Amino acid sequence: MSALLEVRDVTKRFGGVVANKGVSLTVRQGEIAGLIGPNGSGKTTLFGCITGTHAVDGGDVLFEGRSIAHLRPAPIARLGLLRTWQQTRVYGEMTCAENMAISAREAQGGLLSLLGAVPAATRRKGDDLLAFAGLHEKRGDKAGSLSFGQQKLLEFAMALMNEPKLLLLDEPTAGINPTLINGLIDRLRHANAELGVTLLVIEHNMRVIMNLAHRITCLAHGEVLAEGSPDEVRNDTRVLDAYLGGA
Amino acid sequence: MSRISDWHIMGALALAGIAGPLLLPGLATQIAFLWLMVVFALTWDMLGGRMGYNSFGNIVFFGIGCYAAAVVQRDAGLPYFEGLALGLLVGAAAAVLAAIVFGAAMLGIRGHYFAIGTLGLGIAAGEIAAGWDYVGAGSGMTLPLYPGELGAREIFFCYSLFALAALCFLVFRRLYGTRFGLALNAIRDDHDKADAMGLRTTPIKIFAWSLSAFFLALSGGLAANMIGFIDPRDVAFAGATFGVWMVLMAILGGKGTLWGPVLGAFVFHVTQEVFWTYLLGWQRVALGLLIVVIVVFFPQGIMGWWAARRTRAVS
Repeated sequence: MSALLEVRDVTKRFGGVVANKGVSLTVRQGEIAGLIGPNGSGKTTLFGCITGTHAVDGGDVLFEGRSIAHLRPAPIARLGLLRTWQQTRVYGEMTCAENMAISAREAQGGLLSLLGAVPAATRRKGDDLLAFAGLHEKRGDKAGSLSFGQQKLLEFAMALMNEPKLLLLDEPTAGINPTLINGLIDRLRHANAELGVTLLVIEHNMRVIMNLAHRITCLAHGEVLAEGSPDEVRNDTRVLDAYLGGA
Repeated sequence: MSRISDWHIMGALALAGIAGPLLLPGLATQIAFLWLMVVFALTWDMLGGRMGYNSFGNIVFFGIGCYAAAVVQRDAGLPYFEGLALGLLVGAAAAVLAAIVFGAAMLGIRGHYFAIGTLGLGIAAGEIAAGWDYVGAGSGMTLPLYPGELGAREIFFCYSLFALAALCFLVFRRLYGTRFGLALNAIRDDHDKADAMGLRTTPIKIFAWSLSAFFLALSGGLAANMIGFIDPRDVAFAGATFGVWMVLMAILGGKGTLWGPVLGAFVFHVTQEVFWTYLLGWQRVALGLLIVVIVVFFPQGIMGWWAARRTRAVS
């Protein structure tokens, strides 16, 4: 498997705080990679560095072998690299169906291509993905009226609508009803296996990430602490110490 | 009850627009101003309501339209209607160009900062016009006399402003049904998300402002000719009256809705005329009170209040 995303020695400072210190990690084509670490360890900052929200202070980010560290978020998204947020971001005053329609790949085209109605095929695909996310009956509701968990699912469906090559998910199960979490894991696996979307997932729920990810990277204090298969990371004493505050 | 569709309302308005000046020739000027207000509210709403960019500087494009028409009609040496037509075209082109330049510079600013920035734009334009001798400086410009007989002028501008308002409404209505319309809403609801989903937000925003500018400039050229005189601060770049009314009308009717701006323009204009007629001397106070009532009791506008009432009735 070839590397789809390569983060090389990325450093990001906010004033005196070094949020990412020489972080390197690789996400291979077709895998589900996990990113864990205690609160404040720099996971979400790293997502920002990869997707162009933050300008990196050092290092490089390569997507499909090409440096994207200097690009803004929109051009990066058009290359096929999307993210979701820990606090959901959906278009609150628009209906779920409209949220899906404007998330389609064609919507990234130039002005002229936007001056037409939403194609029927796009609308059908949006409906199918809403059904996949279990939101079909909400399709006419405003996205802002959904519960937090439903908004997470909608945001996930919107990302799939865009057919990304790589999708970064920031805590997909946070705020989701525990009885629905297994369903969500199945959906993430389905997106990975059937739709061919490579995933990089930040997750605090250890049961979820150990089940889901093929490989896990653990951050602490902005640095990579450990890396390996779920079993290796789980049994790494440094990881346990970072979480539980050992010596 | 059979459902009333957009087409029923549009048909009724078209009838009123055509028959109005014929049945009530004495009110032709008031009716013409009503259509002007509709253009004001619709063009403001494209940014303020649909895209979430509250502009207090749209009056600039109206003023550019006023002055472009006046200068062309003064200097081109054409007969009245040819001069007017050329003046409108030049004004529209100049306003679109201005929207592209200002848009590229200012549409990157968000929220309150954009509102304040555009407020400065409107004031600056008025001051520049008031100090520029080529356009008459502080004493303004006089437009050429309408060639027709007495009363024909009011009827002419009443119909041309009606046609402009109708065209503006139909074009906007069509655009809001496209992906462009959805993209505007997406920018309003979460700009960062729209960027992160790869939308080309900058050209979308500039195009929206250019469209507003286009219709505002045409309305400016027509209004200047109807009024017959442009003062830099009180007519062309009248930020404290026209500029604020644009915002008020869109909010009163319900911003971001199809009919809200039209309804807001009707209610506002009629109320204002009534105040002028029956509360002379107190009309500004009454207008101020009306604004307070709008903001306190109808923050979502008439359409928003109506929609909320209907949802309550259903549930």
